[in-house]
Amino acid sequence: MLRKLLVTLVFLVVAGPIFAVQPDEILKDSTLEARAREISKVLRCPVCQGENIDDSNAAVSRDLRLLVRERLLAGDTDSQVIDYVTDRYGEYVLFEPEKTGANLLLWYLGPGALIVALIGGFFYVRSRRNASEGPAAPALSEDEQKRLNELMGE
Amino acid sequence: MINELGHFALILAFAVAIVQAIVPLVGAHKGWRGWMAVGEPAATAQFLLIAVSFAAITYAFVVSDFSVKLVWANSHTDKPMLYKVTGVWGNHEGSMLLWVLILALFGAAAAWFGGALPPRLRARVLSVQAWIGVAFLGFIIFTSNPFLRLAEPPFNGEGMNPLLQDPGLAFHPPFLYLGYVGLSMAFSFAVAALIEGRVDAAWARWVRPWTLAAWIFLTIGIALGSWWAYYELGWGGFWFWDPVENASFMPWLLAAALLHSAIVVEKREALKSWTILLAIMAFGFSLIGTFIVRSGVITSVHSFASDPQRGIFILAILAIFVGGALTMYAFRATSMQAKGVFSMVSRETALVVNNILLAVAALVVFVGTVWPLVAEMFFGRKLSVGAPFFDQAFTPFMVILALILPVGAMMPWKRARLGRVAKPLIPALVLALAMGGLAWSVESGNSMLALIAVFLGSWLVFGAATELWQRAARNFGRLKRLPRADWGKATAHAGLGITFIGIGLLTAGQIEDIRVAKLNEPFTVDGYQITLTKVEEVKGPNYMSSTGTMTVEKDGKLIGTMHPEKRVYPVQRMPTTEAAIHTTPLGDIYLVIGDPQQDGGYAVRTYIKPFADWIWAGAIIMSLGGLLSLSDRRYRVAAGARKTRAVPSNATPAE
Repeated sequence: MLRKLLVTLVFLVVAGPIFAVQPDEILKDSTLEARAREISKVLRCPVCQGENIDDSNAAVSRDLRLLVRERLLAGDTDSQVIDYVTDRYGEYVLFEPEKTGANLLLWYLGPGALIVALIGGFFYVRSRRNASEGPAAPALSEDEQKRLNELMGE
Repeated sequence: MINELGHFALILAFAVAIVQAIVPLVGAHKGWRGWMAVGEPAATAQFLLIAVSFAAITYAFVVSDFSVKLVWANSHTDKPMLYKVTGVWGNHEGSMLLWVLILALFGAAAAWFGGALPPRLRARVLSVQAWIGVAFLGFIIFTSNPFLRLAEPPFNGEGMNPLLQDPGLAFHPPFLYLGYVGLSMAFSFAVAALIEGRVDAAWARWVRPWTLAAWIFLTIGIALGSWWAYYELGWGGFWFWDPVENASFMPWLLAAALLHSAIVVEKREALKSWTILLAIMAFGFSLIGTFIVRSGVITSVHSFASDPQRGIFILAILAIFVGGALTMYAFRATSMQAKGVFSMVSRETALVVNNILLAVAALVVFVGTVWPLVAEMFFGRKLSVGAPFFDQAFTPFMVILALILPVGAMMPWKRARLGRVAKPLIPALVLALAMGGLAWSVESGNSMLALIAVFLGSWLVFGAATELWQRAARNFGRLKRLPRADWGKATAHAGLGITFIGIGLLTAGQIEDIRVAKLNEPFTVDGYQITLTKVEEVKGPNYMSSTGTMTVEKDGKLIGTMHPEKRVYPVQRMPTTEAAIHTTPLGDIYLVIGDPQQDGGYAVRTYIKPFADWIWAGAIIMSLGGLLSLSDRRYRVAAGARKTRAVPSNATPAE
């Protein structure tokens, strides 16, 4: 009995909410709820280390999740909801960086590098096609010859 | 006393590493045989000394010697023995010690099995390996010494992060380190070759098995980490594009590229300077990974308590080694003359494309990982880069890679005819399209993602089977006699396909249900009848748990009784979830129990996760493929060359 009491006590003291989305947050309208979930996945929990608000247990994430649902109920589109949150919490909460300004470098570096690499690869392969079979293996260096003689002598 | 012996051994190892870093290198330069020969015993001594040091700190953890600061900060008498031992590397100092232990092990292995190497190359390789050892031993001794004592030993320790007290995570770091550090061998060989100014087929034949071994370890390490995240974090995610995950993923991509380009060097004596560059970069990215995890410049879910001082030290190591190697590369790269001639359509070209895709994909991951840092420093923008970016920017590379892989794998060297290569693959293509179509129609919501992933995955699997069949000249008897390297290649490629299928079907078809479950009131998720029958308080060795009992039925038949838990670790005052997972080959049922609710019942999450385990099964198959290749006769001949040299008649050419 005492143990059980102790266990309960420990739970009450140390156990924070372990869940991300709580049952009481879920909207009745399942399409709206699905949209809320998708939006929650691109918003970063402002106080956590790299978690989105959908997975996070922090109190602020719960507030943000409720806020997202509130805006959806008010009739906002997905992008309006995301703008609403970023206006208040800054670009930092966006897991999908905007394609503006310097971020263009981030987004287009991959495709750009691929094109450059493919062009480079093309010229390399072409040069190998036209190359003549390279020179024969270089003759042994003095040292190697000495070592070979040593081995042969053994 | 034992602690001090360990400390002493560590400092001795540092001294030995300095000797090993200088003497053989000078010997190789001057042609002094005696000096060159120092490398071998020094590498062995360095390994043994670090092993003694590692054993000493492990002993301190096992007997819970809280006068050692590290043990006090990371252990507790109530911790099960397994986690006392794995706790040695569950923290910064201990994990660095494991890092150098593995580094010295690889160096010693090169000394023990490197008998067939030209003595000059071997001396240089051992020296370069020792330079890395000097850098990291210095790092440990001067900034992260695990042997420091406390003046007044406390009664008990602080314990260990409960999330780390788990078998999956206990063995995840050693595998990752074996992978990271294994790439140091490729690096040492590359730098030695740059000093030598020569790269040839024999060099590539040496580098390949080391890279392959490193890649196998990385594959297993990453898979273990991902599997742990899946069952431990409580919502069944398997990959988060977290900086620490990316830190292990970039070396994996580059190691995969290096494996393939070294084949071209070995068989065709082309792509030499590119292969050297890849070897430098692959290890460079391992160092960057270490830097990211230790420095705290990029915050992440699971980086160790980090310290900028240490970060700067590692950054300096990174700058010196990678910068130095690249400078040498700039001077020497042109002296690496390619020999092989090949046409536009050939295996060589296919492998060039493979390398481009893998390297650019690694670049994308890298830029995405460091972009928040760059944006803040140079553009004053505080922003985040997360999964939505990586999903969009990285996935196309894998799609293209999977599309061309089966065709490229079938191509002959030097010159190929596309029509002739593609024709035997037609049945595989048709089958793969059919599988994709099947996934599209069966999967609820006709998901395009499921279609594409299943098509690509099946294309890889059937393509690999076709390749084996063609190589065996469509003859069952010959199938068995194919070299293991052929089997390994096909197996690894098929494993990649299995992982693709798992990721696609899990992402497209996952079902989630969040609700308040009252005792003995069944609810239905995706045709499964689930009932929470009781919740008990249970006391574990160092935690307390609310353990639920839930029955799962389908069509009136009992599928299983499952026990999801919510645990609290009082020492760290930290709750964790232990999901209950019912695994079948076609998918998992994943149950999580949460807090009791005010008006009765418990918050319960139910997930149906189709084909989840295919992700890790694919990774295991990939590493098995690597192992098969590694066991191929050619490598055993190379490794055992010292023995066979005595009996020249045995040393038949491998091919």
